Amino acid sequence: MDAPVRIAPPQEAAGVGPEPSPGVTPEERLRRQSEVASALSALLPARALLWQREDVAPYECDGLTAYRQHPLVVALPETEEQVAAVLRTCHGMQVPVVARGAGTGLSGGALPHRLGVTLSLAKFNRILKIDPLARTAVVQCGVRNLAISEAAAPHGLYYAPDPSSQIACTIGGNVAENSGGVHCLKYGLTVHNVLRVKGYTIEGEAVEFGGEALDAPGLDLLALVVGSEGMLAVTTEVTVRLIPEPVLARCIMASFDDIRKAGDAVANVIARGIIPAGLEMMDQPMTAAVEDFVHAGYDTGAKAILLCESDGTPEEVDEEITRMLEVLGDSGATRLEVSDSEEQRLRFWSGRKNAFPASGRISPDYMCMDSTIPRKRLADILLAIAEMEKTYRLRCVNVFHAGDGNLHPLILFDANDSDQLHRAELFGADILETSVRLGGTITGEHGVGVEKLNSMCVQFSPEEREQMFALKRAFDARGLLNPGKVIPTLQRCAEGGKMHVRKGVLPFADIPRF
Amino acid sequence: MSAVLDPALQPLVERVATARNAGAQLDIRGGGTKAFYGETPQGEPLDVTGFAGISSYEPSELVVTARCGTRLAELEATLAECGQYLPFEPPHFGGAATVGGMVASGLSGPSRAAVGAVRDYVLGATLLNGRGEVLSFGGQVMKNVAGYDVSRLLAGSMGTLGVILEVSLKVLPQAAGSATLRFQMTQTSALKQLNAWAALPLPLNASAWWEDTLIVRLRGAMAAVEAAIVRLGGELIEAGHAVPFWDGMREHSDEFFVAARQAIDAGEQVRLWRLSVPQTTPPLTLSGEQLVEWGGAQRWLCTAAPPSQVRDVATRAGGHATLFHAPDKSPGVFAPLKAPLDRIHRELKRAFDPSRVFNPGRMYPDL
Repeated sequence: MDAPVRIAPPQEAAGVGPEPSPGVTPEERLRRQSEVASALSALLPARALLWQREDVAPYECDGLTAYRQHPLVVALPETEEQVAAVLRTCHGMQVPVVARGAGTGLSGGALPHRLGVTLSLAKFNRILKIDPLARTAVVQCGVRNLAISEAAAPHGLYYAPDPSSQIACTIGGNVAENSGGVHCLKYGLTVHNVLRVKGYTIEGEAVEFGGEALDAPGLDLLALVVGSEGMLAVTTEVTVRLIPEPVLARCIMASFDDIRKAGDAVANVIARGIIPAGLEMMDQPMTAAVEDFVHAGYDTGAKAILLCESDGTPEEVDEEITRMLEVLGDSGATRLEVSDSEEQRLRFWSGRKNAFPASGRISPDYMCMDSTIPRKRLADILLAIAEMEKTYRLRCVNVFHAGDGNLHPLILFDANDSDQLHRAELFGADILETSVRLGGTITGEHGVGVEKLNSMCVQFSPEEREQMFALKRAFDARGLLNPGKVIPTLQRCAEGGKMHVRKGVLPFADIPRF
Repeated sequence: MSAVLDPALQPLVERVATARNAGAQLDIRGGGTKAFYGETPQGEPLDVTGFAGISSYEPSELVVTARCGTRLAELEATLAECGQYLPFEPPHFGGAATVGGMVASGLSGPSRAAVGAVRDYVLGATLLNGRGEVLSFGGQVMKNVAGYDVSRLLAGSMGTLGVILEVSLKVLPQAAGSATLRFQMTQTSALKQLNAWAALPLPLNASAWWEDTLIVRLRGAMAAVEAAIVRLGGELIEAGHAVPFWDGMREHSDEFFVAARQAIDAGEQVRLWRLSVPQTTPPLTLSGEQLVEWGGAQRWLCTAAPPSQVRDVATRAGGHATLFHAPDKSPGVFAPLKAPLDRIHRELKRAFDPSRVFNPGRMYPDL
């Protein structure tokens, strides 16, 4: 990863970014840092506590690199007792705590607090138990998503939610964001694949949500905690469901000469009662960019490409592929190709997986959006985005988890031109607001973090936001876990947020990005 | 996002305001089919059945939005017309069952272990909280991580956080193929077999074991079901008998449940418990009749064993026990909460219903 580059400071961009910390002089901050470091050094080995500038710098942001902030200290506990002790101490001293997994998040959920502790759970990386008979895995929060499936593979099992960053992201982070992935239409989100989350409250009490059974007594706090973005408790251990690996997977690549036909094709697949294992779309500019990059034989003349995957037993896949081809054909596909080998299937996907790096080649910078709209509105939003390209005089290339209506428009611009940056931000906010207007939501999978704080004002009323604050207080009365994230205050409500990629350099650039 | 208040909600909002001001309590009433479930209802009845109707249904979006008073039977019939259904097979327990009650009670049917529970299909909900505010959370799309997941929290909340006014549910196409097989097996063998099958790519949808008989339902693509029939063996039960059997499991009209309720009503000192345990839990060492569902994860027990013993066995197995039918509820219905969950529950109650207007004591005495 490149050395940090100068990014337009948050306060220049119309109120986006994290809440400013209260006015604290540099001397006061230094004194506080000393107090906190001193208190935590009594609980942690020296190697587990960082506060020197150069040691803390790698933690100054997560995957949302536009916003960077040094915490007072970074704590890297090695045991559960240390986690509990750190939290207890911070609670007692009223110090904010921001938990961090791999730092791959795209909404700034792990952005440090200027007067807080970044609690890194990176050392909690052990797989504690794989139970092939019960089909569960008990893992520490810092275990990488893909590592779980790798460990389950010898038993013919895997962990289904497959977010794009799965070779690096942690299961703890997945729990925080309720991560999805290409296969979530058929296999569910994190919340559908987790049985139990163990961790600690901000007061340092051990807490367990869910359990080993399929349900737990009382309110469904497991469902509440999954997707709570580090605001309600700190996760240290997760019990996940493992499911049998499908015997076979085959992918159809379908070309369309018209955006609306492609959008309607997606709705038609679902309307015919087919739940594909994966259903992804790329528009023409994106297809051109990726074909240039991976040379996989994509139809660059098509206005849109659909990748439609079926998995299961050979008989099931046969039956389903036949039905899929029929629907796609009836929907006006101009070309249909079915993978007949695993190698070809992966080649079909290679372009889609390389959408981000491919976009980085054709533009100095891009802004990746994340929102969801009802499937049947895919064509509407694509056409609206085409109009916005004219309004804001910027190009936008598009990839979609079409099966879920979850879109990732990539707005192309050059950040050296501050007017382009400004127009890109307006373009992004327009996309989010249009998504809500079309019956969707401002964030499909990346979370709110700091990035979407402003858009939360568009999606929720003041009473709804206040109810969420009250819910948060039930877990964290002092507001110390990840303060300033997710739910904006009344004063805060303004325009939408963004993820900014500088000169094609994405953090964790080698991770496939969907 | 809430817009202007729907005029049809005005009476409900006013009832809540009146109750708050008077320090009174309200018992949220749908069709009354789940009134037996949970602790004894308290408070003045708040009839919400008037707020009914399917607000929107988009088969191609796999989502239906219905108001709380909508009859569950009407919802399911509407879905069936388009070849769709609620995969988690919620029990009705009576013709007056409503959509609101289905979500609030959080009960799922025989297919739950294979397809998920009520909560897994809730996409969004509109709530009337204890401050008389009408709030919407979630939406109509599955990929939605904006804010806290309040709508899923409402599933199984027993009306303690407020009135579920409207809910958006994910629906799925009905499966193409279905078949029911019967086997003679001890409970130990059945549990082993069910768990072994669950690790294979089989369209196993539901199971029930009682008195050395295991019955399983396959559901999925025709080709998958046919292949599974051959692979699993057993005796194929024809649809004319299979469908009523699974309805009996879902609605508790099966002999097992009828006999349990009759015994309780006749004054025999037995209770019907619902135990939720890990699927691989060996047969429970408790006296009485046991019916095992959900691949081993849901076990119905009709027993005279003392409640403390039943709860202890459930806890040791890594699960919990719920008192489902009993002559009296003094042992407590839901399993006690481990700290700090009890405190979190009280604080959440305060966050949603600070004056304790709704369904007081319906889940736990202090909620």
